[in-house]
Amino acid sequence: MMDFKNYFELTQLYGDYASAVDAADWDAWPEFFIDDCVYKLQPRENHERGFPLSTLAFESKGMLKDRVYGIRETLFHDPYYQRHVVGTPVVRKVDADGRIHSEANYAVFRTRLSKESTVFNVGRTLDEVVRTPQGLKFASRLVIYDSELIPNSLIYPI
Amino acid sequence: MSVSNTVFPESPKWPEEGTSRVPFWAYTREDLYKKELDRLFYNDHWCYVGLDAEIPHAGDFKRTVIGERSVLMVREKDGSIHVVENVCAHRGMAFCRERHGNRDSLTCPYHQWNYSLSGDLQGVPFRRGVKQDGKVNGGMPADFKPSDHNLTKLKVATRGGVVFASFDHDVEPLEDFLGPVILGYFDRLFDGRKLKILGYNRQRIPGNWKLMQENIKDPYHPGLLHTWFVTFGLWRADNKSQLLMDTHHRHAAMVSTRGAAGKAADVTQVSSFKANMELNDPRFLDIVQEPWWGGPTAVMMTVFPSVIFQQQVNSVSTRHIQPDGHGAFDFVWTHFGFEDDSEEMTQRRLQQANLFGPAGFVSADDGEVIEWSQEAFETKPSHRALVELGGREVGDTDHMVTETLIRGMYEYWRKVMEAT
Repeated sequence: MMDFKNYFELTQLYGDYASAVDAADWDAWPEFFIDDCVYKLQPRENHERGFPLSTLAFESKGMLKDRVYGIRETLFHDPYYQRHVVGTPVVRKVDADGRIHSEANYAVFRTRLSKESTVFNVGRTLDEVVRTPQGLKFASRLVIYDSELIPNSLIYPI
Repeated sequence: MSVSNTVFPESPKWPEEGTSRVPFWAYTREDLYKKELDRLFYNDHWCYVGLDAEIPHAGDFKRTVIGERSVLMVREKDGSIHVVENVCAHRGMAFCRERHGNRDSLTCPYHQWNYSLSGDLQGVPFRRGVKQDGKVNGGMPADFKPSDHNLTKLKVATRGGVVFASFDHDVEPLEDFLGPVILGYFDRLFDGRKLKILGYNRQRIPGNWKLMQENIKDPYHPGLLHTWFVTFGLWRADNKSQLLMDTHHRHAAMVSTRGAAGKAADVTQVSSFKANMELNDPRFLDIVQEPWWGGPTAVMMTVFPSVIFQQQVNSVSTRHIQPDGHGAFDFVWTHFGFEDDSEEMTQRRLQQANLFGPAGFVSADDGEVIEWSQEAFETKPSHRALVELGGREVGDTDHMVTETLIRGMYEYWRKVMEAT
Protein backbone atom coordinates (compact mmCIF):
# COMPACT_ATOMS: atom_id res chain seq x y z
CA MET A 1 0.00 0.00 0.00
CA MET A 2 2.72 2.46 0.96
CA ASP A 3 6.49 2.25 1.16
CA PHE A 4 8.54 3.28 4.16
CA LYS A 5 9.73 6.54 2.63
CA ASN A 6 6.19 7.73 1.98
CA TYR A 7 5.02 6.62 5.40
CA PHE A 8 7.94 8.45 6.97
CA GLU A 9 6.94 11.60 5.10
CA LEU A 10 3.38 11.17 6.32
CA THR A 11 4.46 10.89 9.96
CA GLN A 12 6.64 13.96 9.48
CA LEU A 13 3.59 15.86 8.18
CA TYR A 14 1.60 14.92 11.28
CA GLY A 15 4.50 15.81 13.55
CA ASP A 16 5.26 19.10 11.81
CA TYR A 17 1.61 20.13 11.95
CA ALA A 18 1.43 19.44 15.68
CA SER A 19 4.62 21.31 16.42
CA ALA A 20 3.47 24.30 14.35
CA VAL A 21 0.13 24.67 16.16
CA ASP A 22 1.81 24.04 19.53
CA ALA A 23 4.40 26.72 18.74
CA ALA A 24 1.59 29.13 17.78
CA ASP A 25 3.17 29.48 14.35
CA TRP A 26 -0.05 30.67 12.76
CA ASP A 27 1.57 31.68 9.47
CA ALA A 28 2.69 28.09 9.01
CA TRP A 29 -0.68 26.53 9.79
CA PRO A 30 -2.56 27.27 6.50
CA GLU A 31 0.49 26.11 4.54
CA PHE A 32 -0.07 22.52 5.64
CA PHE A 33 -3.12 22.57 3.34
CA ILE A 34 -3.74 22.83 -0.37
CA ASP A 35 -5.67 25.91 -1.54
CA ASP A 36 -8.89 24.05 -2.11
CA CYS A 37 -8.91 22.37 1.27
CA VAL A 38 -11.35 21.44 3.98
CA TYR A 39 -10.69 21.86 7.70
CA LYS A 40 -13.47 21.00 10.09
CA LEU A 41 -13.59 20.71 13.83
CA GLN A 42 -16.69 18.77 14.66
CA PRO A 43 -18.21 17.22 17.79
CA ARG A 44 -18.30 13.43 17.55
CA GLU A 45 -22.02 13.60 18.27
CA ASN A 46 -22.74 15.57 15.11
CA HIS A 47 -20.40 13.40 13.07
CA GLU A 48 -21.99 10.14 14.16
CA ARG A 49 -25.59 11.34 14.01
CA GLY A 50 -25.15 12.78 10.52
CA PHE A 51 -25.63 16.41 11.56
CA PRO A 52 -23.60 18.70 9.30
CA LEU A 53 -22.82 21.42 11.88
CA SER A 54 -19.18 21.87 12.78
CA THR A 55 -17.68 24.00 15.53
CA LEU A 56 -15.35 25.34 12.86
CA ALA A 57 -15.99 24.69 9.17
CA PHE A 58 -13.41 26.06 6.75
CA GLU A 59 -13.52 25.26 3.06
CA SER A 60 -10.50 27.01 1.62
CA LYS A 61 -7.02 28.09 2.59
CA GLY A 62 -8.43 31.63 2.55
CA MET A 63 -10.72 30.73 5.42
CA LEU A 64 -7.77 29.36 7.37
CA LYS A 65 -5.99 32.67 6.84
CA ASP A 66 -9.10 34.51 8.04
CA ARG A 67 -8.96 32.42 11.19
CA VAL A 68 -5.32 33.33 11.68
CA TYR A 69 -6.27 36.99 11.42
CA GLY A 70 -9.01 36.34 13.97
CA ILE A 71 -6.59 34.70 16.40
CA ARG A 72 -4.15 37.55 16.10
CA GLU A 73 -6.41 40.56 15.81
CA THR A 74 -10.05 40.05 16.63
CA LEU A 75 -10.64 37.23 19.13
CA PHE A 76 -10.24 38.48 22.67
CA HIS A 77 -9.21 35.51 24.75
CA ASP A 78 -7.13 34.31 27.61
CA PRO A 79 -3.76 33.43 26.11
CA TYR A 80 -2.89 29.77 26.44
CA TYR A 81 -0.38 27.20 25.36
CA GLN A 82 -1.62 24.09 23.70
CA ARG A 83 0.28 20.82 23.50
CA HIS A 84 -0.72 18.07 21.11
CA VAL A 85 0.06 14.43 21.67
CA VAL A 86 -0.67 12.72 18.37
CA GLY A 87 -0.75 8.96 17.84
CA THR A 88 0.90 7.18 14.97
CA PRO A 89 -1.16 7.71 11.82
CA VAL A 90 -3.05 4.74 10.50
CA VAL A 91 -3.25 4.58 6.71
CA ARG A 92 -6.67 3.37 5.69
CA LYS A 93 -6.36 3.59 1.93
CA VAL A 94 -4.21 5.01 -0.85
CA ASP A 95 -6.02 5.98 -4.04
CA ALA A 96 -4.59 5.27 -7.50
CA ASP A 97 -3.62 8.95 -7.79
CA GLY A 98 -1.66 8.72 -4.54
CA ARG A 99 -4.20 10.40 -2.25
CA ILE A 100 -3.68 9.01 1.24
CA HIS A 101 -6.61 8.43 3.57
CA SER A 102 -5.23 8.33 7.08
CA GLU A 103 -6.23 9.06 10.64
CA ALA A 104 -4.69 9.54 14.06
CA ASN A 105 -5.79 9.93 17.65
CA TYR A 106 -4.87 13.08 19.49
CA ALA A 107 -5.05 14.70 22.89
CA VAL A 108 -4.54 18.42 23.41
CA PHE A 109 -3.59 19.85 26.77
CA ARG A 110 -4.24 23.48 27.55
CA THR A 111 -2.11 25.56 29.86
CA ARG A 112 -3.35 29.02 30.72
CA LEU A 113 -1.06 31.55 32.33
CA SER A 114 -0.85 31.01 36.10
CA LYS A 115 -3.09 27.95 35.80
CA GLU A 116 -2.60 24.20 35.88
CA SER A 117 -2.44 22.16 32.68
CA THR A 118 -5.68 20.42 31.80
CA VAL A 119 -7.00 18.09 29.14
CA PHE A 120 -8.52 20.46 26.61
CA ASN A 121 -9.75 18.36 23.73
CA VAL A 122 -9.39 14.75 22.62
CA GLY A 123 -10.42 12.93 19.49
CA ARG A 124 -9.10 11.84 16.14
CA THR A 125 -8.37 13.39 12.79
CA LEU A 126 -9.72 11.88 9.56
CA ASP A 127 -7.36 13.07 6.88
CA GLU A 128 -6.83 13.11 3.15
CA VAL A 129 -3.27 13.88 2.15
CA VAL A 130 -2.01 14.63 -1.36
CA ARG A 131 1.43 15.06 -2.86
CA THR A 132 2.28 18.51 -4.17
CA PRO A 133 5.54 19.97 -5.50
CA GLN A 134 6.03 21.32 -1.95
CA GLY A 135 5.61 17.90 -0.39
CA LEU A 136 2.64 16.26 1.30
CA LYS A 137 -0.30 18.54 2.15
CA PHE A 138 -3.69 18.06 3.70
CA ALA A 139 -6.53 18.22 1.21
CA SER A 140 -8.96 17.56 4.02
CA ARG A 141 -8.65 17.38 7.78
CA LEU A 142 -11.73 16.49 9.81
CA VAL A 143 -11.01 16.85 13.48
CA ILE A 144 -13.67 14.83 15.27
CA TYR A 145 -13.57 15.45 19.00
CA ASP A 146 -14.90 13.22 21.76
CA SER A 147 -14.83 15.99 24.33
CA GLU A 148 -18.44 16.64 25.29
CA LEU A 149 -17.90 20.18 26.46
CA ILE A 150 -15.45 22.74 25.20
CA PRO A 151 -13.95 24.32 28.32
CA ASN A 152 -15.31 27.78 27.61
CA SER A 153 -13.79 28.59 24.25
CA LEU A 154 -11.55 27.23 21.58
CA ILE A 155 -9.44 29.81 19.80
CA TYR A 156 -6.46 28.06 18.22
CA PRO A 157 -6.73 25.30 15.63
CA ILE A 158 -6.41 21.71 16.76
CA MET B 1 -9.92 46.36 60.57
CA SER B 2 -13.55 47.31 60.91
CA VAL B 3 -16.14 44.66 60.14
CA SER B 4 -17.99 46.98 57.76
CA ASN B 5 -14.96 46.81 55.50
CA THR B 6 -15.38 43.11 54.91
CA VAL B 7 -15.53 42.05 51.29
CA PHE B 8 -17.67 39.06 52.37
CA PRO B 9 -20.76 40.63 53.98
CA GLU B 10 -23.00 38.19 55.85
CA SER B 11 -26.28 39.95 55.15
CA PRO B 12 -25.56 42.20 52.21
CA LYS B 13 -27.95 44.92 51.13
CA TRP B 14 -28.89 45.69 47.56
CA PRO B 15 -27.32 49.02 46.51
CA GLU B 16 -29.61 52.02 46.69
CA GLU B 17 -29.40 52.96 43.03
CA GLY B 18 -32.20 50.61 41.91
CA THR B 19 -30.93 48.13 39.39
CA SER B 20 -28.30 50.30 37.80
CA ARG B 21 -25.87 48.70 40.26
CA VAL B 22 -25.74 44.92 40.46
CA PRO B 23 -23.91 43.55 43.50
CA PHE B 24 -21.26 40.93 42.87
CA TRP B 25 -22.87 38.73 45.51
CA ALA B 26 -25.83 38.21 43.19
CA TYR B 27 -23.47 35.99 41.19
CA THR B 28 -21.55 34.30 44.00
CA ARG B 29 -23.95 33.21 46.74
CA GLU B 30 -24.85 29.55 46.71
CA ASP B 31 -27.98 30.15 48.84
CA LEU B 32 -29.29 32.68 46.33
CA TYR B 33 -28.51 30.30 43.52
CA LYS B 34 -30.63 27.56 45.12
CA LYS B 35 -33.42 30.09 45.50
CA GLU B 36 -33.07 30.97 41.81
CA LEU B 37 -33.44 27.31 40.89
CA ASP B 38 -36.61 27.08 42.99
CA ARG B 39 -38.22 30.32 41.96
CA LEU B 40 -37.02 30.82 38.39
CA PHE B 41 -36.38 27.36 36.99
CA TYR B 42 -38.73 25.07 38.96
CA ASN B 43 -41.73 27.36 39.58
CA ASP B 44 -43.74 29.97 37.69
CA HIS B 45 -41.62 29.86 34.54
CA TRP B 46 -41.53 27.94 31.30
CA CYS B 47 -38.11 26.47 30.52
CA TYR B 48 -36.77 25.42 27.15
CA VAL B 49 -36.30 21.69 26.57
CA GLY B 50 -35.80 21.38 22.83
CA LEU B 51 -37.20 21.36 19.33
CA ASP B 52 -39.80 18.86 18.27
CA ALA B 53 -37.68 18.07 15.19
CA GLU B 54 -35.19 16.46 17.58
CA ILE B 55 -37.71 13.70 18.31
CA PRO B 56 -39.53 13.20 15.01
CA HIS B 57 -40.71 9.60 15.53
CA ALA B 58 -42.87 7.85 18.11
CA GLY B 59 -40.61 6.58 20.89
CA ASP B 60 -37.86 9.12 20.21
CA PHE B 61 -36.47 10.82 23.28
CA LYS B 62 -33.92 13.46 24.17
CA ARG B 63 -32.38 13.86 27.59
CA THR B 64 -31.78 17.42 28.73
CA VAL B 65 -32.10 19.51 31.88
CA ILE B 66 -34.27 22.18 33.42
CA GLY B 67 -32.11 24.04 35.88
CA GLU B 68 -30.07 21.17 37.28
CA ARG B 69 -32.84 18.56 37.05
CA SER B 70 -32.55 15.89 34.38
CA VAL B 71 -35.62 15.55 32.17
CA LEU B 72 -36.61 13.53 29.13
CA MET B 73 -38.50 14.98 26.19
CA VAL B 74 -40.36 12.02 24.68
CA ARG B 75 -42.68 11.49 21.74
CA GLU B 76 -45.56 9.16 22.65
CA LYS B 77 -47.01 6.61 20.24
CA ASP B 78 -49.88 8.99 19.43
CA GLY B 79 -47.36 11.68 18.41
CA SER B 80 -47.83 13.84 21.49
CA ILE B 81 -44.80 15.23 23.29
CA HIS B 82 -44.25 14.59 26.99
CA VAL B 83 -41.58 15.74 29.38
CA VAL B 84 -40.84 13.59 32.44
CA GLU B 85 -38.21 13.84 35.10
CA ASN B 86 -35.33 11.39 34.73
CA VAL B 87 -35.69 10.10 38.29
CA CYS B 88 -37.08 6.63 38.91
CA ALA B 89 -40.04 6.69 41.30
CA HIS B 90 -38.51 3.76 43.19
CA ARG B 91 -34.98 4.56 44.34
CA GLY B 92 -34.55 7.88 42.64
CA MET B 93 -32.05 6.82 40.04
CA ALA B 94 -31.40 9.06 37.05
CA PHE B 95 -32.11 5.99 34.96
CA CYS B 96 -31.76 7.26 31.40
CA ARG B 97 -28.10 7.49 30.48
CA GLU B 98 -28.31 7.91 26.70
CA ARG B 99 -28.78 11.46 25.49
CA HIS B 100 -31.10 10.49 22.70
CA GLY B 101 -32.63 7.37 21.26
CA ASN B 102 -35.82 5.46 20.64
CA ARG B 103 -37.68 3.24 23.10
CA ASP B 104 -41.01 1.42 23.37
CA SER B 105 -41.12 2.32 27.03
CA LEU B 106 -38.84 3.67 29.75
CA THR B 107 -37.14 1.20 32.09
CA CYS B 108 -34.92 1.82 35.06
CA PRO B 109 -32.18 -0.84 34.92
CA TYR B 110 -31.72 -0.99 38.71
CA HIS B 111 -34.95 -2.91 39.54
CA GLN B 112 -36.56 -2.80 36.10
CA TRP B 113 -39.43 -0.53 36.97
CA ASN B 114 -41.07 0.17 33.68
CA TYR B 115 -42.89 3.30 32.57
CA SER B 116 -44.88 4.25 29.51
CA LEU B 117 -43.40 6.94 27.27
CA SER B 118 -45.60 9.47 29.02
CA GLY B 119 -44.31 8.42 32.43
CA ASP B 120 -47.01 6.10 33.80
CA LEU B 121 -45.69 3.26 35.93
CA GLN B 122 -46.73 0.07 34.21
CA GLY B 123 -44.47 -2.66 35.54
CA VAL B 124 -42.95 -3.49 38.93
CA PRO B 125 -41.05 -6.80 39.10
CA PHE B 126 -42.14 -9.08 41.99
CA ARG B 127 -44.99 -6.74 42.80
CA ARG B 128 -47.09 -9.73 43.86
CA GLY B 129 -44.16 -11.58 45.39
CA VAL B 130 -42.34 -14.74 44.35
CA LYS B 131 -43.83 -18.19 44.82
CA GLN B 132 -41.56 -20.71 46.49
CA ASP B 133 -42.43 -24.01 48.18
CA GLY B 134 -46.13 -23.25 48.04
CA LYS B 135 -45.96 -19.81 49.63
CA VAL B 136 -45.64 -16.30 48.26
CA ASN B 137 -42.62 -14.41 49.45
CA GLY B 138 -42.46 -10.64 49.58
CA GLY B 139 -44.14 -8.40 47.09
CA MET B 140 -45.44 -4.89 47.42
CA PRO B 141 -48.03 -4.12 50.10
CA ALA B 142 -51.63 -4.86 49.07
CA ASP B 143 -52.43 -1.15 48.88
CA PHE B 144 -49.55 -0.41 46.48
CA LYS B 145 -50.99 1.56 43.57
CA PRO B 146 -48.79 1.95 40.50
CA SER B 147 -50.55 5.18 39.59
CA ASP B 148 -49.15 6.75 42.78
CA HIS B 149 -45.65 6.14 41.48
CA ASN B 150 -45.44 7.58 38.02
CA LEU B 151 -42.46 9.58 36.87
CA THR B 152 -42.76 13.27 37.67
CA LYS B 153 -44.64 14.69 34.70
CA LEU B 154 -44.06 18.21 33.60
CA LYS B 155 -46.50 20.58 31.99
CA VAL B 156 -45.60 20.91 28.31
CA ALA B 157 -46.20 23.68 25.80
CA THR B 158 -45.13 23.58 22.18
CA ARG B 159 -45.28 26.43 19.73
CA GLY B 160 -43.78 26.67 16.26
CA GLY B 161 -41.77 23.50 16.83
CA VAL B 162 -40.24 24.67 20.13
CA VAL B 163 -40.90 22.66 23.28
CA PHE B 164 -41.09 24.27 26.72
CA ALA B 165 -41.87 22.52 29.99
CA SER B 166 -42.51 23.42 33.59
CA PHE B 167 -42.48 21.47 36.84
CA ASP B 168 -45.17 23.93 37.94
CA HIS B 169 -48.57 22.83 36.65
CA ASP B 170 -50.06 26.17 37.68
CA VAL B 171 -47.74 28.15 35.41
CA GLU B 172 -49.54 30.66 33.17
CA PRO B 173 -50.03 29.75 29.49
CA LEU B 174 -46.83 30.00 27.42
CA GLU B 175 -48.28 32.81 25.31
CA ASP B 176 -49.02 34.89 28.44
CA PHE B 177 -45.61 34.03 29.84
CA LEU B 178 -43.93 35.43 26.74
CA GLY B 179 -46.26 38.38 26.36
CA PRO B 180 -47.45 39.81 23.01
CA VAL B 181 -44.25 41.64 22.01
CA ILE B 182 -41.85 38.74 22.55
CA LEU B 183 -44.43 36.32 21.18
CA GLY B 184 -44.51 38.36 17.97
CA TYR B 185 -40.77 37.95 17.46
CA PHE B 186 -40.94 34.32 18.54
CA ASP B 187 -43.57 33.64 15.87
CA ARG B 188 -41.50 35.51 13.28
CA LEU B 189 -38.70 32.95 13.72
CA PHE B 190 -40.82 29.89 14.47
CA ASP B 191 -43.55 30.56 11.94
CA GLY B 192 -44.78 26.99 11.59
CA ARG B 193 -42.30 25.78 9.01
CA LYS B 194 -40.82 22.45 9.97
CA LEU B 195 -37.37 22.81 11.47
CA LYS B 196 -34.32 20.90 10.29
CA ILE B 197 -31.68 20.17 12.94
CA LEU B 198 -28.17 21.04 11.74
CA GLY B 199 -26.35 19.99 14.91
CA TYR B 200 -25.05 20.92 18.33
CA ASN B 201 -22.23 22.78 20.00
CA ARG B 202 -21.63 22.37 23.72
CA GLN B 203 -19.45 24.45 25.96
CA ARG B 204 -18.98 24.91 29.68
CA ILE B 205 -18.64 28.52 30.75
CA PRO B 206 -17.26 29.07 34.25
CA GLY B 207 -19.53 31.96 35.15
CA ASN B 208 -22.91 32.56 36.75
CA TRP B 209 -25.78 31.66 34.42
CA LYS B 210 -27.30 35.16 34.59
CA LEU B 211 -24.23 36.56 32.86
CA MET B 212 -25.30 34.82 29.67
CA GLN B 213 -28.76 36.34 29.84
CA GLU B 214 -27.08 39.70 30.42
CA ASN B 215 -24.69 39.19 27.53
CA ILE B 216 -27.65 38.99 25.14
CA LYS B 217 -29.43 41.86 26.87
CA ASP B 218 -26.37 44.02 26.37
CA PRO B 219 -26.23 45.70 22.96
CA TYR B 220 -23.36 47.90 24.20
CA HIS B 221 -20.61 45.30 23.87
CA PRO B 222 -21.15 43.74 20.42
CA GLY B 223 -20.03 46.83 18.53
CA LEU B 224 -16.97 47.10 20.76
CA LEU B 225 -15.81 43.60 21.64
CA HIS B 226 -16.73 41.92 18.39
CA THR B 227 -14.57 43.17 15.52
CA TRP B 228 -16.58 41.24 12.96
CA PHE B 229 -19.80 42.94 13.99
CA VAL B 230 -18.46 46.46 13.92
CA THR B 231 -16.23 46.13 10.86
CA PHE B 232 -18.84 44.45 8.69
CA GLY B 233 -21.73 46.50 10.08
CA LEU B 234 -23.59 43.45 11.38
CA TRP B 235 -24.23 44.91 14.82
CA ARG B 236 -23.11 48.31 15.92
CA ALA B 237 -24.28 51.44 17.63
CA ASP B 238 -25.38 53.25 14.47
CA ASN B 239 -27.60 50.43 13.25
CA LYS B 240 -31.33 51.03 13.30
CA SER B 241 -32.49 49.11 16.36
CA GLN B 242 -35.13 48.56 18.96
CA LEU B 243 -34.87 47.06 22.43
CA LEU B 244 -38.14 45.58 23.58
CA MET B 245 -39.30 43.79 26.73
CA ASP B 246 -42.32 41.98 28.10
CA THR B 247 -44.29 43.83 30.78
CA HIS B 248 -42.30 42.08 33.55
CA HIS B 249 -39.02 43.11 31.90
CA ARG B 250 -37.71 39.56 32.20
CA HIS B 251 -37.68 38.69 28.49
CA ALA B 252 -36.27 40.88 25.77
CA ALA B 253 -35.75 41.21 22.05
CA MET B 254 -32.84 43.13 20.59
CA VAL B 255 -33.94 43.95 17.07
CA SER B 256 -31.48 45.42 14.64
CA THR B 257 -31.05 46.07 10.95
CA ARG B 258 -27.65 45.84 9.38
CA GLY B 259 -26.34 49.21 8.31
CA ALA B 260 -23.46 50.24 6.13
CA ALA B 261 -20.20 48.56 6.86
CA GLY B 262 -17.12 50.73 6.97
CA LYS B 263 -16.21 53.91 8.71
CA ALA B 264 -18.58 56.19 10.59
CA ALA B 265 -17.58 58.99 12.90
CA ASP B 266 -18.64 57.81 16.36
CA VAL B 267 -18.92 54.09 16.21
CA THR B 268 -15.73 53.13 14.47
CA GLN B 269 -13.29 55.04 16.64
CA VAL B 270 -12.87 51.85 18.62
CA SER B 271 -9.86 49.62 18.61
CA SER B 272 -11.89 46.67 17.39
CA PHE B 273 -12.81 48.42 14.14
CA LYS B 274 -10.43 47.24 11.45
CA ALA B 275 -10.72 49.62 8.52
CA ASN B 276 -8.54 47.50 6.26
CA MET B 277 -9.88 44.13 7.19
CA GLU B 278 -10.99 42.09 4.23
CA LEU B 279 -11.92 38.47 4.24
CA ASN B 280 -9.80 36.12 2.19
CA ASP B 281 -12.92 34.08 1.71
CA PRO B 282 -16.13 36.13 1.71
CA ARG B 283 -18.33 33.04 2.02
CA PHE B 284 -18.31 33.55 5.79
CA LEU B 285 -20.63 36.48 5.17
CA ASP B 286 -22.55 35.44 2.10
CA ILE B 287 -25.74 37.00 3.45
CA VAL B 288 -28.98 36.50 1.58
CA GLN B 289 -32.16 38.26 2.70
CA GLU B 290 -34.98 35.86 3.58
CA PRO B 291 -38.66 36.75 3.20
CA TRP B 292 -39.56 35.91 6.80
CA TRP B 293 -37.15 38.52 8.19
CA GLY B 294 -39.57 41.32 7.36
CA GLY B 295 -36.89 43.97 7.86
CA PRO B 296 -34.55 43.23 10.78
CA THR B 297 -31.34 41.35 10.00
CA ALA B 298 -30.80 40.31 13.60
CA VAL B 299 -33.20 39.54 16.40
CA MET B 300 -31.71 38.24 19.63
CA MET B 301 -34.36 37.07 22.07
CA THR B 302 -33.70 36.30 25.71
CA VAL B 303 -36.47 34.21 27.23
CA PHE B 304 -35.94 34.20 30.97
CA PRO B 305 -34.43 32.19 32.52
CA SER B 306 -33.36 29.37 30.27
CA VAL B 307 -32.93 30.17 26.60
CA ILE B 308 -31.78 32.53 23.90
CA PHE B 309 -33.18 32.46 20.39
CA GLN B 310 -30.75 33.71 17.80
CA GLN B 311 -31.26 35.14 14.37
CA GLN B 312 -28.09 36.77 13.12
CA VAL B 313 -28.56 37.17 9.39
CA ASN B 314 -28.84 33.60 8.03
CA SER B 315 -27.69 31.85 11.17
CA VAL B 316 -30.48 30.70 13.47
CA SER B 317 -30.07 28.74 16.67
CA THR B 318 -31.31 28.12 20.16
CA ARG B 319 -28.87 28.55 23.02
CA HIS B 320 -29.86 26.63 26.13
CA ILE B 321 -28.58 27.81 29.52
CA GLN B 322 -28.01 24.85 31.85
CA PRO B 323 -26.78 26.13 35.23
CA ASP B 324 -24.51 23.98 37.36
CA GLY B 325 -23.84 25.64 40.68
CA HIS B 326 -23.61 29.39 41.06
CA GLY B 327 -20.33 29.65 39.19
CA ALA B 328 -20.79 27.69 35.97
CA PHE B 329 -23.25 26.73 33.30
CA ASP B 330 -23.30 24.55 30.25
CA PHE B 331 -24.29 26.34 27.10
CA VAL B 332 -25.82 24.16 24.41
CA TRP B 333 -26.32 25.50 20.92
CA THR B 334 -28.78 23.85 18.56
CA HIS B 335 -28.38 25.19 15.06
CA PHE B 336 -31.27 24.61 12.72
CA GLY B 337 -32.68 25.49 9.35
CA PHE B 338 -36.07 25.12 7.76
CA GLU B 339 -37.53 22.29 5.80
CA ASP B 340 -37.88 24.43 2.68
CA ASP B 341 -34.24 25.61 2.72
CA SER B 342 -32.34 25.02 -0.51
CA GLU B 343 -29.01 23.22 -0.28
CA GLU B 344 -27.32 26.60 -0.83
CA MET B 345 -29.20 28.08 2.12
CA THR B 346 -28.23 25.15 4.33
CA GLN B 347 -24.57 25.62 3.37
CA ARG B 348 -24.89 29.35 4.03
CA ARG B 349 -26.30 28.75 7.51
CA LEU B 350 -23.48 26.29 8.22
CA GLN B 351 -20.85 28.76 7.00
CA GLN B 352 -22.25 31.62 9.05
CA ALA B 353 -22.24 29.30 12.08
CA ASN B 354 -18.48 29.95 12.10
CA LEU B 355 -19.27 33.25 13.78
CA PHE B 356 -21.04 31.55 16.68
CA GLY B 357 -20.52 28.83 19.24
CA PRO B 358 -17.54 28.13 21.49
CA ALA B 359 -15.00 28.81 18.74
CA GLY B 360 -16.99 31.41 16.82
CA PHE B 361 -15.35 34.51 15.37
CA VAL B 362 -17.82 36.48 17.48
CA SER B 363 -19.18 34.30 20.28
CA ALA B 364 -15.93 32.82 21.59
CA ASP B 365 -15.22 36.20 23.19
CA ASP B 366 -18.47 36.18 25.13
CA GLY B 367 -17.60 33.08 27.12
CA GLU B 368 -14.19 34.52 27.87
CA VAL B 369 -15.48 37.83 29.25
CA ILE B 370 -18.08 36.02 31.35
CA GLU B 371 -15.34 33.90 32.91
CA TRP B 372 -13.25 36.99 33.68
CA SER B 373 -16.22 38.73 35.31
CA GLN B 374 -16.98 35.73 37.52
CA GLU B 375 -13.33 35.50 38.47
CA ALA B 376 -13.43 39.03 39.89
CA PHE B 377 -16.91 38.66 41.47
CA GLU B 378 -15.65 35.76 43.58
CA THR B 379 -12.79 37.83 44.97
CA LYS B 380 -14.94 40.67 46.31
CA PRO B 381 -18.68 39.96 46.54
CA SER B 382 -19.25 43.22 48.42
CA HIS B 383 -18.55 45.23 45.28
CA ARG B 384 -20.98 45.92 42.45
CA ALA B 385 -21.17 46.19 38.68
CA LEU B 386 -22.40 49.32 36.98
CA VAL B 387 -25.27 49.26 34.49
CA GLU B 388 -25.97 52.90 33.71
CA LEU B 389 -25.57 53.34 30.00
CA GLY B 390 -28.71 55.10 28.79
CA GLY B 391 -29.73 56.14 32.30
CA ARG B 392 -30.97 54.38 35.42
CA GLU B 393 -34.53 53.68 34.44
CA VAL B 394 -36.06 50.75 32.59
CA GLY B 395 -37.98 50.97 29.33
CA ASP B 396 -38.06 50.05 25.66
CA THR B 397 -35.82 52.09 23.39
CA ASP B 398 -35.40 52.80 19.68
CA HIS B 399 -31.61 52.63 19.85
CA MET B 400 -29.02 50.34 21.34
CA VAL B 401 -26.85 52.73 23.31
CA THR B 402 -28.29 51.56 26.61
CA GLU B 403 -28.18 48.83 29.23
CA THR B 404 -31.88 49.12 29.97
CA LEU B 405 -32.57 45.42 29.36
CA ILE B 406 -30.16 44.35 32.10
CA ARG B 407 -31.72 46.83 34.50
CA GLY B 408 -35.11 45.43 33.54
CA MET B 409 -34.04 41.86 34.21
CA TYR B 410 -32.75 42.76 37.67
CA GLU B 411 -35.92 44.67 38.46
CA TYR B 412 -37.79 41.43 37.87
CA TRP B 413 -35.15 39.32 39.60
CA ARG B 414 -35.25 41.46 42.75
CA LYS B 415 -39.02 41.21 42.89
CA VAL B 416 -39.13 37.43 42.50
CA MET B 417 -36.11 36.79 44.68
CA GLU B 418 -37.23 39.33 47.28
CA ALA B 419 -33.72 40.70 47.23
CA THR B 420 -33.65 43.92 49.17
